[in-house]
Amino acid sequence: MAKRRATSGALLGSSDETGLRETRVTENIEIAAGVFLLKYPRERDFLPGQVVGITVDRRIAPRYYSISSGKDEEFVDLLYDVVPGGELTPLLAALRGGDLLFVSPPSGAFLDGDEEGWWIATGTGIAPFVSMAKSGLGGRKHLVHGSRLASGLYYRKYFAAVLKERYVSCCTKEAGDGIFSGRLTAWLGQQEDLPTSGRFLLCGSAEMVVDVRDLLIARGVPFGNISSEIYF
Amino acid sequence: MAKEPLFGRTIEELGETARRFGQAPFVARQLAEWLYRKRVDSFERMANLSKTFRASLAEEHVVGLAPPERTTISSDGTKKYLFAAGPGRFVEAAFIPEERRATLCLSTQVGCKMGCLFCMTGKQGFQGQLSAGEILNQLRSLPESDRITNIVYMGMGEPLDNLANVLSSIEVLTADWGFALSPRRITVSTIGIIPAMKVFLERTDCHLAVSLHSPFEDERRTLMPVENLYPLAEVLGVLRESAIARRRRVSFEYIMFGGLNDTPRHAKELVRVLDGIRCRVNLIHFHPIPGTPLHGSSDETMLGFERRLKESGIITTIRKSRGQDIMAACGLLSTKALTSRPQADY
Ligand SMILES: Cc1cc2nc3c(=O)[nH]c(=O)nc-3n(C[C@H](O)[C@H](O)[C@H](O)COP(=O)(O)OP(=O)(O)OC[C@H]3O[C@@H](n4cnc5c(N)ncnc54)[C@H](O)[C@@H]3O)c2cc1C
Ligand code: SF4
Repeated sequence: MAKRRATSGALLGSSDETGLRETRVTENIEIAAGVFLLKYPRERDFLPGQVVGITVDRRIAPRYYSISSGKDEEFVDLLYDVVPGGELTPLLAALRGGDLLFVSPPSGAFLDGDEEGWWIATGTGIAPFVSMAKSGLGGRKHLVHGSRLASGLYYRKYFAAVLKERYVSCCTKEAGDGIFSGRLTAWLGQQEDLPTSGRFLLCGSAEMVVDVRDLLIARGVPFGNISSEIYF
Repeated sequence: MAKEPLFGRTIEELGETARRFGQAPFVARQLAEWLYRKRVDSFERMANLSKTFRASLAEEHVVGLAPPERTTISSDGTKKYLFAAGPGRFVEAAFIPEERRATLCLSTQVGCKMGCLFCMTGKQGFQGQLSAGEILNQLRSLPESDRITNIVYMGMGEPLDNLANVLSSIEVLTADWGFALSPRRITVSTIGIIPAMKVFLERTDCHLAVSLHSPFEDERRTLMPVENLYPLAEVLGVLRESAIARRRRVSFEYIMFGGLNDTPRHAKELVRVLDGIRCRVNLIHFHPIPGTPLHGSSDETMLGFERRLKESGIITTIRKSRGQDIMAACGLLSTKALTSRPQADY
């Protein structure tokens, strides 16, 4: 194997210039194998869909995470996967309540209004939509969430209750009650009445985003109606 | 365990290797000399190293060179080379000969995570980072290697999303113990990953080419999802603030899409947002990719756009379309074989 240095470029700059603030972890719960929900007190306002950069040590460059809590909630929630061999996420996974955390100001422009539209996510890419829904933007939204395993359908109960039949979950490796069996692109491909107006927000892996975007464009959705957030 | 390649290692890393084998520090320079200047392809031929050291190296390491797997030649002389980057994975390098120079367009990642709407590589998704050795192998193992005068990091992938390997490869390219190429002959392109861009500006003297494509935030966001996180205004802010040495060239790449970003309104706004940045703008023909909703601007529109920018004092060029018949335009490199990526499971 060639030696590949494992740093991606999506890191924030040094902690001084990114305005990192110290805070304390409220809790850090493993909600599925290798997936955690990290909570800390909200000290700054944010817009649903925005991200924060966090780190556990000023010497380690912060990584971005979408906020998954509502804009008026007392705590900020972040939903993250542990990347095996990753620099930060294994350290995040070891955090306990009361531990020190460094947090950047919220940023990002993956935003939405309350008009009719579609949210499409894979894995932890559901996070911004949780924030949007909890901030009152879900009233006229459809949500399609894809995961390999049913345990990866985070917030399933919440969305089933809030969005009802406008919530669709898709699993590629497991079958389950009310779960579409297959990729979310397969589900989307089967929808004959997919609208071509309204906004489509896509969030998650690059592969999902490019596949869904191609599919929507082929179905006549103007590309200007599609907004994407990629977890690079 | 697979043997680790030495090609692509910096002098410091070669020093570590030498130390691990109980060799004196100066051996690092000897290794670099063989790898990058004398360009040998086996440890056997590294004549000034002891026989036992050479044998031990060969037990744990390979030099790490790999010739291209496939070549496509365009009618205008542009050649596209396909290099293997792990099982079933390929990257491309384009050799672009011109009258007075010969440019090599390198790849830095297998696929890309950035998902730009107009890009073939983006459609592949991300399959992996290239090591410094794999980046440099595209130069070293190119049949025309000795003819290369300029290097552009504009092939597959976003170079600044693979910052550490790109910086190492630049170190090897520019160091006196390496290829000893002037940084002025190297251009790295980016879509504007700000933290990595700051490091790049701090640590290298190479030229920078920023993919701009629209001066309007909302429009750029639909073309380039990265705009959500690193807005163009902030990217330009960094360029304005950082002390860009006079000899470093900052350019902006602007692919021209018919009816989308090629109007006089765009030219005007482009002039406005670039105010205060010493730069040049490269206008690029768009080569449509399968299934794209975009199409290229006409030659006439491009000329008009160029004129508007020039009249406002911006050095502007229309990039020649090279290798169009083999889809070898830098940044849009790809082959049909490459786009058939394994289905991602999501
Ligand atoms: C705008 C934005 C929002 C994000 N939001 C979230 C979120 O809400 N939840 C979440 O879990 N993550 C999110 N991420 C990803 C996150 O920022 C980190 O990249 C991730 O947690 C890995 O961090 P690490 O330090 O453990 O791994 P690193 O040390 O950074 O990386 C380890 C290795 O994994 C590779 N790698 C990293 N990312 C990928 C990838 N996508 N595909 C393939 N290989 C990869 C790297 O190249 C490297 O070799 C987001 C990213 C962005 C840009
Ligand atoms: S244009 Fe560059 S950054 Fe964008 S998807 Fe293509 S290779 Fe990646």
